[in-house]
Amino acid sequence: MTATLARSEFTLPGVRCAGCIAKIERGLAPVSGVRTARVNMTTKRVAIEHDPALTPAALREALAGLGFDAQPIADLAAGDADAGAAESRRLLKAMAVAGFAAMNVMLLSVSVWSGASGATRELFHWLSALIAMPAVAYAGQPFFRSAWAALKRGRTNMDVPISIGVILATALSLFETATGGPHAYFDGAVSLLFFLLVGRVLDSVMRDRARSGVAALLRETAPGGTVLLPDGSTAWRRAAAIEPGMRLLVSAGERLAADGVVDTGRSSLDLSLITGESRPEPVAEGDRVVAGTLNLDAPIILQVTASGDRTVIAEIARLMDAAGQGRSRYVRIADRAARLYAPAVHTLALASFLGWLAIGAGWHQALMVAVAVLIITCPCALGLAVPAAQIVAAGALMRRGILVKDGSALERLAEADLVRFDKTGTLTLGRPVPREPLPLTDAERPIALGLARASSHPVARALAAALQADGVRAAPVTELKETPGFGIEGRIDGLVARLGRTEWLGLGPAGHDGLETGFRLGDDPPKRLRFDDALRPDAAAAVRALTALGLAPAILSGDRGEAVRPVAAALGIPAEVKMSPQDKLAAIERLEAEGRRVLMVGDGLNDGPALAAGHVSLAPASASDVGQTAADAVFLGDSLSPVPVAVRAARRTLRVVRQNFALAIGYNVLAVPLAVAGLVTPLIAAIAMSVSSLIVVANALRLRGCAR
Amino acid sequence: MNGLAFLIPVALGLGLAGLGSFLWSLAAGQYEDLDGAALRILIDDDGAGE
Repeated sequence: MTATLARSEFTLPGVRCAGCIAKIERGLAPVSGVRTARVNMTTKRVAIEHDPALTPAALREALAGLGFDAQPIADLAAGDADAGAAESRRLLKAMAVAGFAAMNVMLLSVSVWSGASGATRELFHWLSALIAMPAVAYAGQPFFRSAWAALKRGRTNMDVPISIGVILATALSLFETATGGPHAYFDGAVSLLFFLLVGRVLDSVMRDRARSGVAALLRETAPGGTVLLPDGSTAWRRAAAIEPGMRLLVSAGERLAADGVVDTGRSSLDLSLITGESRPEPVAEGDRVVAGTLNLDAPIILQVTASGDRTVIAEIARLMDAAGQGRSRYVRIADRAARLYAPAVHTLALASFLGWLAIGAGWHQALMVAVAVLIITCPCALGLAVPAAQIVAAGALMRRGILVKDGSALERLAEADLVRFDKTGTLTLGRPVPREPLPLTDAERPIALGLARASSHPVARALAAALQADGVRAAPVTELKETPGFGIEGRIDGLVARLGRTEWLGLGPAGHDGLETGFRLGDDPPKRLRFDDALRPDAAAAVRALTALGLAPAILSGDRGEAVRPVAAALGIPAEVKMSPQDKLAAIERLEAEGRRVLMVGDGLNDGPALAAGHVSLAPASASDVGQTAADAVFLGDSLSPVPVAVRAARRTLRVVRQNFALAIGYNVLAVPLAVAGLVTPLIAAIAMSVSSLIVVANALRLRGCAR
Repeated sequence: MNGLAFLIPVALGLGLAGLGSFLWSLAAGQYEDLDGAALRILIDDDGAGE
């Protein structure tokens, strides 16, 4: 009997080169229980098939041992990205079929145009029909399905005129072929489908790339935790498998995987992800704690009271789903254009049909003219105008570190007229950085790094990061010993070095509002190291740039007034404080109800509903998975400048989209009279269509530099 | 005319072969990791037995 294999996927933001691929795949192969490991460089993931007994935590450690920081992939995001990839594949297949048909039918048509007649022409028409009919039936499906869905709801979109045009042209050409007529529009029908599918594929690929980019950044808030079993042993369980009544062991530096009551232990928790509150909150036996918070100081044991979809996090997720409904009602610019365009085109075609009948033409000739009108006006350039512009802009933004999830996000971003910021993690970095230059001597720095590196406490990590950034090399500290809740000590050159709580080092309680730690070497006087959640480096410039763009900024924070005021003062913008996720949502909904279009920039779980409710939303890459999932775009790096850059790029994109519409309509104004007059042959239709598409794509390419 | 009877099936057959191999490569996942494929060529397999 073969054991069933489990499959885990991890994101690996650190893979960069061939060496990394080889190192990971070879490094994991000898790990017992691992069957296969395959790195995907494009999505920066590794897929591992392994024994079910091997926990994700153990695999993660194996990867860390190889020198790669790995994060288990959240199922939700992975599913989303996979569905997107499947959709792209379907469109790509349809495009391949349409492309094949278009080329071959065009080949036959060129022979007809260059003078084939009689039996040869009929043979060519029949061959074209044989190629075109199955191709239209297969490759046209994305359009037919969407058009049908719109018609069923009594609406119309871009796909309605496309579907009617393609089906009528094919049917009439078949009739022409059967009756030996001179003109067949098979080439027009299939090349129309081909051009439009190119647009659709571009649109879909852009969404996939951004989605997989975002999925690679997702940090599952708390994928699971260590459960204390009744027999005294421990086992790692996924968050969904943890049940109320279980006892959960949470070590320092770990996120809580379930809501509960503290059973044993004292510690402090970082609630910033849930509430936006930056000050750590002390907890002791009997205190209620919620999933998603970060345990800072010492290990604690929880009695689980709620887990899975009954936690506070899940509650916020539900609120978010409800808030997102409004955005799904947004009508994309192409569909708005189609609402005007489709009735106009159909009326025109019908009018020319009736007109030709009225002046005494046969119904056959009148129908041919009507089909020519439909083909010539088919929104080929329109179908390409929007996706071509948006994918070029999204590519430019991606190179600048801004991942836009879909085209409609760019459209909505261009329309925003207000901006609301969360504070913790959005305007600020969301991680402690030294408040002032570290008061350590050059001799002390390597020792402090040696100690800090060995601890997983957030402040120690912040210290290590700050020292490493200064180019300090760690000293070889020996006999390292960490006392949970107090700090870490070690020995170097016969001296005892300590890093930890200020009380532990005899400094008295932490003085200021932020985070604080102490350092002492031997008998030297202990030193206070103060940390703060600092403003993002160019937050002020970014806020000024947004104001200049006409977006009035303000802060919506869950933190206390005392913590928010300095930030608001430094940026010179108003702030609302102590807001619950519901308050933030209500504030956004109030503004939206007043007809304002709010750009929400936030990161935490507590911003999720507001991000989903805003007209458009942005989140930094350091955001929680909830924040990144809810946001329309995610920006990388510490700087806040991507926000104004994205707004500017979105507005330029909208301008180019409008120009493309103007070009497409201008071309129709020229071509339609010819069609109505009955002068458009399949040759003219094919040339007109290709030229207008090329012009539109060329115009879109001007956006390549839009994110500078 | 005899030429056509021969050339048209050849042209269509080649086109279909191209289409078929594209669809096959798509289904076989050859476009899943374009960046990785470009880099894997650089991995030296000698001595690092599988």
